[in-house]
Amino acid sequence: MESDKIQERADNLRAEGTVEAEKKGTDLHLSFKGQWTIHSVFPSFIEIKSFFTDKTDSISFNTEELQAWDSRFLIILNDIKEFANLNNILFVAEELPSGAQRLLALASASPGKAPFKPEERDQSFLATVGDKTSYLIQDCSEFLLFTGTITLSYLRLFSGKAQFLKSDFFGFLEECGPAALPIVSLISVLVGIILAFVGAVQLQLFGAEIYIANLVGLGMTREMGAMMAAIIMAGRTGAAFAAQLGTMQVNEEIDALQTMGIDPVDFLVLPRMSALLLMMPLLALWADLLGIGGGFLIAWFTLDISMTEYYNQTIGAVTLRHFGVGLFKAIIFGYLVAFSGCLRGIQCGRSASAVGAAATSAVVTAIVLIVVSDAVMTIIFNILGI
Amino acid sequence: MQPQPLITVTDLTMAYGSFVLQRDLTFTIRQGDIFVIMGDSGCGKSTLLRHMIGLKEPAAGTIHFRDTNFWEASEKHRNQIMRRCGILYQSSALLSSMTLAENVSLPLRQHTTLAQDEIADLVSLKLRLVGLAGFDHFYPSEISGGMKKRAGLARAIALDPEILFFDEPSAGLDPISAKLLDDLILEIRDSLGATVVIVTHELASIFAIGNDSVFLDAESRTMIAQGDPHSLLESTRNPKVKQFLTRGGSEQGPALTPGPAVKKRDKDTHIS
Repeated sequence: MESDKIQERADNLRAEGTVEAEKKGTDLHLSFKGQWTIHSVFPSFIEIKSFFTDKTDSISFNTEELQAWDSRFLIILNDIKEFANLNNILFVAEELPSGAQRLLALASASPGKAPFKPEERDQSFLATVGDKTSYLIQDCSEFLLFTGTITLSYLRLFSGKAQFLKSDFFGFLEECGPAALPIVSLISVLVGIILAFVGAVQLQLFGAEIYIANLVGLGMTREMGAMMAAIIMAGRTGAAFAAQLGTMQVNEEIDALQTMGIDPVDFLVLPRMSALLLMMPLLALWADLLGIGGGFLIAWFTLDISMTEYYNQTIGAVTLRHFGVGLFKAIIFGYLVAFSGCLRGIQCGRSASAVGAAATSAVVTAIVLIVVSDAVMTIIFNILGI
Repeated sequence: MQPQPLITVTDLTMAYGSFVLQRDLTFTIRQGDIFVIMGDSGCGKSTLLRHMIGLKEPAAGTIHFRDTNFWEASEKHRNQIMRRCGILYQSSALLSSMTLAENVSLPLRQHTTLAQDEIADLVSLKLRLVGLAGFDHFYPSEISGGMKKRAGLARAIALDPEILFFDEPSAGLDPISAKLLDDLILEIRDSLGATVVIVTHELASIFAIGNDSVFLDAESRTMIAQGDPHSLLESTRNPKVKQFLTRGGSEQGPALTPGPAVKKRDKDTHIS
């Protein structure tokens, strides 16, 4: 491509346009010759301007020897015309090619009545901080508003008034559950392995290798199982929700639902959110078990702990309560992922780049909310002694 | 003297997989024509356009640009041909992350070696030609549908093309904007000396600007008429074409437009 351009440039350097000026009394007569196109070399307007004198009061043209012209020639003509108008010089367009005359007329038919557009200025640091803060506050109030909208929507669902397609719901169930299993499995086995590795090195110092089972068991069930599954779902499903709803916004599909008397939140958000709420605990449970399995692999290979030992130790350390904590978190995370995805999708602007921004923002929002809520929940559970 | 043939389509078959959309299309577009591709919805008008602008390869048959077999030429050669074509897409297809000026300058930056300020001059000229002076720094999402169409036109004529392709240019525009866009297309055709290929089912446009046409039929999956739309209206025996051109017999065709004359664009009117 680049070499094409260079070759082209070499070819085009040969094409040339010239202009000759002839002064008949007060009339300036310009003869354009050769090629005046995008691909040729010709004098600039500054050079042409030097032909004008104080006495010039009209300008005319001769284009008999002009071989080729295009828009670039028009720009020169337009410059000459504007210069002539400014200095009260008569512009005689008659000898110009007729196409050029018409385009010139067309170009000046709409004078530059530039509409007002606020300039984007560089902001001071404080102004930026202020802007971001007010944006954050607005964002928070939108979070609350959307939470309320969803609650109302669920109330309608339970009283049998909300409607959405069952096939939609089952599609999302499939998408949020079985379709996500392979990636969730891979990640949770690896997380179990990593936890076990990190722990093994430290525990070996005390000769307390067997406690690796406690570490992995508790770590996976209380924290990592739910968290990793949620982060995967944020990237996988949350982004997909935002992109789907965003594209529907761009195509005016959401407007269409509204005008058909169908609540878009009932119709679009409820099936997505319900599917994720149902599937997240199951995914987290699956992640817990596989993570514990991953931990066992390390215990077995590097610490020579047998399967029975590991199993008994895990059973002793991890009670149903710990699974309960993890599953509770998973439900909350599922809500947050679906919430961020749907909110950003519904808020989406009406362009291609807005859809991209919505998907990105959905993932970022979801991950931030997941980690923040996890920290809060961990502290609360700790205080309550759960 | 007959003008030279510019695009020759011979025995073209268009298909998606095993589904044949249209077969045996044969027609010639001559230099300086405003060639209308018409037919009812779903008959493959836009697909035919996609074949001519290099987006979809024919299942059978050939398309010649002058003497070059378009789909047998090397990709480099095809790109050279495409560089002489300007295309206005149905939904304008302006890149939404770029301003109007950036959109129009894209082909100039890609295909010429001009300096930045010269490109800027050309861009502002093109935007002025389509009546969008001063909108250089607007994003596509900030302007109306009609303005997007005109911005798309400015981008299509950025490289002073020999052939202009239009896909449903007046779709979604009010009748006055559609008329002014038609006038603009004519004006630009006449002054640039370009050939225009236009896909439309807008009767007013067909009679106002078309001087040759081909009619695609969805049912028989081939072309059932060709020629100047005005003479087609008078002479066609095909009830389907007749019905199409008279709006199901409810209108008298050209009576609703003042004939094929090229209208001088009113300098005080702006399309908005």
